Amino acid sequence: MYDSGKIITGLIIFVLLITFPIWYNHGDAGEVPKPELPKDSKQCVLPTSEMRSNHMQLLNQWRDEVLRTGDRAYFELEGKKYQKSLQNACIQCHTSKKKFCDTCHTYTSVNPYCWDCHLVPVESE
Amino acid sequence: MFEKALKGNNNYWIWLAFLGTFMAIGAICYIRQYNFGLGLTGMSRDVSWGLYISNFTFLVGVAAGGVMLVLPYYIHNYKVFGRITILGEFLAIASICMCLMFIIADLGQPIRALNVLLHPTPNSMLFWDMIVLNTYLLLNIICGWVILTAERKQVKPPKWVYIFVYISIPFAISIHTVTAMLYCGLPGRHFWLSAIIAPRFLASAFAAGPALIIFVSLILKRVANFDAGKEATDKMVTIVLYAALVNAFFVMLEFFVGFYSQIPGHMHTLQYLFVGLEHHGHVYNNLVPFMWGFVVLTTAGFTLMAIPYTRRKDLWLAIGSASLFLGLWLDKGIGFVLAGFVPNPLEEITEYYPTLNELLITIAVWCTGFFILTILYKIAVGVEHEVEA
Amino acid sequence: MDKKRREFLKIAGISTLAGLGAPAVVDRFVSGSSPLAALAAREVETGGHGEPAEAQAAPAEHVQQSVTTGIRLGMVIDIRKFIDNPEMEKECVRVCHAVHNVPVFSRKKDEIKWIWRTGYENAFPEHTNYYRNDEIEQNEVLVLCNHCDKPPCVRACPTKATFKAANGIVAMDYHRCIGCRFCMAACPYGARSFNWRDPREGLDMNKLNREFPTRMRGVVEKCNFCADRLGRGQQPACVEATGSTKAMVFGDLNDPNSEIRQVLKENYTIQRKPSLGTSPSVFFII
Repeated sequence: MYDSGKIITGLIIFVLLITFPIWYNHGDAGEVPKPELPKDSKQCVLPTSEMRSNHMQLLNQWRDEVLRTGDRAYFELEGKKYQKSLQNACIQCHTSKKKFCDTCHTYTSVNPYCWDCHLVPVESE
Repeated sequence: MFEKALKGNNNYWIWLAFLGTFMAIGAICYIRQYNFGLGLTGMSRDVSWGLYISNFTFLVGVAAGGVMLVLPYYIHNYKVFGRITILGEFLAIASICMCLMFIIADLGQPIRALNVLLHPTPNSMLFWDMIVLNTYLLLNIICGWVILTAERKQVKPPKWVYIFVYISIPFAISIHTVTAMLYCGLPGRHFWLSAIIAPRFLASAFAAGPALIIFVSLILKRVANFDAGKEATDKMVTIVLYAALVNAFFVMLEFFVGFYSQIPGHMHTLQYLFVGLEHHGHVYNNLVPFMWGFVVLTTAGFTLMAIPYTRRKDLWLAIGSASLFLGLWLDKGIGFVLAGFVPNPLEEITEYYPTLNELLITIAVWCTGFFILTILYKIAVGVEHEVEA
Repeated sequence: MDKKRREFLKIAGISTLAGLGAPAVVDRFVSGSSPLAALAAREVETGGHGEPAEAQAAPAEHVQQSVTTGIRLGMVIDIRKFIDNPEMEKECVRVCHAVHNVPVFSRKKDEIKWIWRTGYENAFPEHTNYYRNDEIEQNEVLVLCNHCDKPPCVRACPTKATFKAANGIVAMDYHRCIGCRFCMAACPYGARSFNWRDPREGLDMNKLNREFPTRMRGVVEKCNFCADRLGRGQQPACVEATGSTKAMVFGDLNDPNSEIRQVLKENYTIQRKPSLGTSPSVFFII
């Protein structure tokens, strides 16, 4: 082919760049994140595996129900009443964003913009 | 056909570099604005739309003005416009690109821009604006490109492209009508709440668009050896003159309604624009020089284009069309939008002063538009020369 | 290729596209708000995220229900009771802005206000403004979003980020707002503010109301008739700040037996810019 020198060199550089995350970390994906669970409560709104995969959808559903439909009904959990709210329900138990939310989010490089508006729980150390 | 834009003389590259410098500066300014927020502009709680939206409004008009070349040629078979309809179509593309850039620059949350598509709201004129603007852009890209390619290959354009051409004509009217409807349906803004806004917009557009095309075609005659032809230029001048007259008539009607009825809502903004508004001992008049500039420049431009002696001389015609274009920009791009917010709904006055960052972004968007226009016109002129050879 | 076969393939392709696309298009147009429906009194936004939408007109818990016509929340502001008590007006503003974490900025152009005090001639420009009595001349009026029954801002919003909720409140969905500020241009009362910069720069992060979020930069905000407090059975913050003076009365305008309807029956009230036909829900006793 024409210009084979330039093309092959360019291809090799491209492949190296694209696979950078793999070879730079020697194939290691890093430690599995360990979010710190709340000490006082045992039960969350949904079972853990469902929360892990669907908490975004649940929050969106709460958002639409509360904000758009006006359904601010309380729900019960372990005898206490909670509003459908990130600030007034979730972080009442999950009191540290750093030790809970960020452990997985930083690992997966997810940047939800919730915290631009919703108040981050005050770190208690 | 893009390869036509990759070969040019030194002046071509210097011009592109000049535009490119401003585009780069503007990009940095936009990054600053994206990181801080629109607080970096001069907009305030009272004047919530500024240079970005006012330029957007003006440029939608310029894009619509291209139809004044397409309509006579394709519907009325006015063969003389044959060489220059492509100029109108490409100007529409560059203008709409500028419009879209101004909108993105003006949004508070630009990454949510797709919400307008995800949550269609037929009762909102911004929704329809988004639809017609993007459709018109697509139509012009299709028509301009296909017809230019056909011309290059020296064959007749395929029959199906004419459907798009015919659709693009009512769309040209619709883009500026919809943009006018953004303003003329708002109950709280008396300066805008007038049925004549849409006709005024169209008249101003049909004067400004072709005036710019005349100016650019004179430049093309000088630097690119592309002559639109005396008859075509004369006809464009005629269109511009009548449109400018109608626009002036509409403006004067607005004055009549305001000052004969003496209703404050209809008068105050016109007073603010042309003489200044006194409120609690302070005179607010920062737009007055711009509005008188509009009057002077449009009158001068009209005169230069109307008198046969000056019309026949390329230099005077260029000055005249540029003057008219600038004057109409002052009317729509500065006066119309910014003054709609003065006085505010509580009869208070806040004036608007753009910041340097905002000005640089505005200039950068204009430069990007002219960059796109230059490239497209280079291609069009390149094809013309290739065909004539 | 054979010409007939080519024509057939063209027609088949286009029909397939039409067949696939048509139900989605029709669906959108049927379920999306038509202009007529949007102009009607109470349009309930049906779900935002593609999830099946059940429009439940779930009312605020403390307000009486009027089953046939639905709730329409409104307010009467009795200016007479504020005349001897300008501190109470300032307290209403302070409390509202504190409860909702509204920022304070030094530059006037960045200001955000949900409720504020203004002169009579600013609140009611359609009324005569010369030879006024002393009380009007020397006192200020509280103004806020009127939560109109026919809101021009809702008509203007291209994403339904501002919408009319089932209980009559004109609500804001900050998650959806793209910051185009068309609603600000449309509002005839100047009730809306835009976050020109990060609001947290204008807030003391240690003194926030932790039950309510802040907003982010780039979205429009305004009074929400304390929908969050109503959900907890509380009165709006400004109403609560007037204590037992009955300077502000809040309730269901559609319920003929409510306190607010009594007040409206017994007093002459005016509204801001009634000639625009927006049908505001806020009344003033002057």
